[in-house]
Amino acid sequence: MTLEPRASIPSVLKPGRYFMQGDEACAEGAIAVGCNYYAGYPITPASEIMEHICRRFAECPGRVFVQMEDEIASIASVVGASWAGARAMTATSGPGLSLMLENIGYAIITETPCVVVDVQRAGPSTGQATRPAQGDVMQARWGAHGDYEIIVISPWSVQDTYEQTIRAFNLAERFRVPVILLMDEAVGHLRENIQIPEQTEYLTRFKGAGKPPFGQAEVPPMPSFGDGASLLVTGSTHDGWGYRRTSSAEAQATLVERLTGKVLNHIPEIVCTRTHECQETDLDVLLVSYGFSARSSLGAVREARAAGIRVGLLRLTTLWPFPSGAVRSVGRRARLVMVPEMNRGQILREVQRVLPEAKGYNRTDGEVITPPEILSAIRGEVGR
Amino acid sequence: MTGCQPKGPEQERGAGIERTGSTTAIRRYLRPRAIPTPFCAGCGHGILMGAILRAVDGLGLDFSQMLFVSGIGCAGWIPSPHFDTDTLHVTHGRPVAFATGAKLFNPALKVVVIGGDGDIASIGGNHLIHAARRNINLTVICANNQIYGMTGGQVTPTTPLGARTLTTPYGNAEPAFDLARLVVAAGASYVARYSVWHIRPLIRSIQKALQNPGFSFVEALSTCPTQYGRRNDNPSPLGMLQAFKESCITLERSRTMSQEELAGKTLIGEFVGG
Repeated sequence: MTLEPRASIPSVLKPGRYFMQGDEACAEGAIAVGCNYYAGYPITPASEIMEHICRRFAECPGRVFVQMEDEIASIASVVGASWAGARAMTATSGPGLSLMLENIGYAIITETPCVVVDVQRAGPSTGQATRPAQGDVMQARWGAHGDYEIIVISPWSVQDTYEQTIRAFNLAERFRVPVILLMDEAVGHLRENIQIPEQTEYLTRFKGAGKPPFGQAEVPPMPSFGDGASLLVTGSTHDGWGYRRTSSAEAQATLVERLTGKVLNHIPEIVCTRTHECQETDLDVLLVSYGFSARSSLGAVREARAAGIRVGLLRLTTLWPFPSGAVRSVGRRARLVMVPEMNRGQILREVQRVLPEAKGYNRTDGEVITPPEILSAIRGEVGR
Repeated sequence: MTGCQPKGPEQERGAGIERTGSTTAIRRYLRPRAIPTPFCAGCGHGILMGAILRAVDGLGLDFSQMLFVSGIGCAGWIPSPHFDTDTLHVTHGRPVAFATGAKLFNPALKVVVIGGDGDIASIGGNHLIHAARRNINLTVICANNQIYGMTGGQVTPTTPLGARTLTTPYGNAEPAFDLARLVVAAGASYVARYSVWHIRPLIRSIQKALQNPGFSFVEALSTCPTQYGRRNDNPSPLGMLQAFKESCITLERSRTMSQEELAGKTLIGEFVGG
């Protein structure tokens, strides 16, 4: 399996320091990594991504922007463009993600690289469009029907949003999967300084003419429409060349096992986590968090340490496939593991599969979790 | 748009049995492994499939630079897997939206959407009218057999008033869409309707649709004796074709007829861009 060249290309924005919104950083990261097709539909709190891309694409020749009639059409046209050779992306929020999921499933079975951004807001349904939440963690993982694996990344800052958008595009090309960038309203609308580097990592699509585009290799080559490959792309169960095999048990099992295996067999390459203040071999408390909640968690860590409690943070950037290895190895060093998140414990239950005693700290009122309330929860648990 | 230009007259005349548009000539557009087709005996979609390939052959288009996009339903199987070029067989109702992405990113592709009335006009109706409004350079061919054939024969938005289907056992209580007029109103620059009985005008209209540099829509009335005809007192394939012959009136002729004479008739012809 060759997926080279893995190249480094000059950044589109002039390198240097910028003051930028999370949504804008997402758009700039996409532009930096060569996103040349964007289709979207207006939705709060993700619209700024589309607005920024629209303005910037007009300045960058060869990139196509279209506002589609709905979210279903947006993701459909993204998949169509990806097969025509584009590095394609769409962005939405919870209600739009609900509409996109059937075609995200289509992207899974047809192994179409694309990036879907979900800037989470409070739900269910219309909920509170301008309020932050992290309620789409399980929807991002399981929203489409059937057995599959998907890559979901959750950035925690404006800088991280820029970098993880770049990573999302490269992972999508590397594994021929849709990648969901799971932001939240608080990160999307956050403004802070970011540093644009000189170079951007760029993974080129492997086209590999003459080889089956849907089989044999774990990640098969992907020619584009118009390359003369006579592509047979279908959302039905298919063989290596794309012929429908809708009643073959072997074809179904082979396809599902390869589609899931190509993600699960490469967890070290996909999973990204980071520890903060976990220097001691034994910790009083380990916080496991992600997205905006990880920022508040880090604040709580610092305040707790000032009060003499040994608290660390394990920050999850990759949410799916779930980084259970990192959670296990760091979590074992702590007397108590606590998972702050803006939902009713969607990641907590994953943590509990590894560390059954883990406790949650949850908010579902459309407000961000603050450092003092996490600190107070920590104090309550450790009795100090 | 290189590779999508019509051939000169010398090539079009062809030689011997490889005559342009002949059955022998259009076989080369098919994947041998995909034959025979899965269509039921008497299905009109085979006639339409032939008409599309004859239209392509007649224009001398570079088949390798054509992309056929289709959704779920019997008509979705016309190009996929039969056509030996790029085919994209997508989710139910969404082929026009997928096609929009491919065409916008690579305008050199000649992109054709083929779908049934359920796919294009029911679940996919929103994408159809918006693509027509944009007047994007796509050709959409709707194989309208007035029924959901693949799922067993349920009513569609184009099933005639009063027709019996699995889900209208006492007759359809809802009026049908006039698809051609709907797409005209939405802004398409070429719209035609013919049936698979009217094969020569159907082929010509597909050719005009393929050459029109905007959104083109061909409503091809097709037959489903299996799911529609047998529930509506017309179970034979030939009988269904003859019904088209009798019920279809050209737009020109319709102008000389009274409202009473036109009752129950279907207008065929070029509605815009002829």
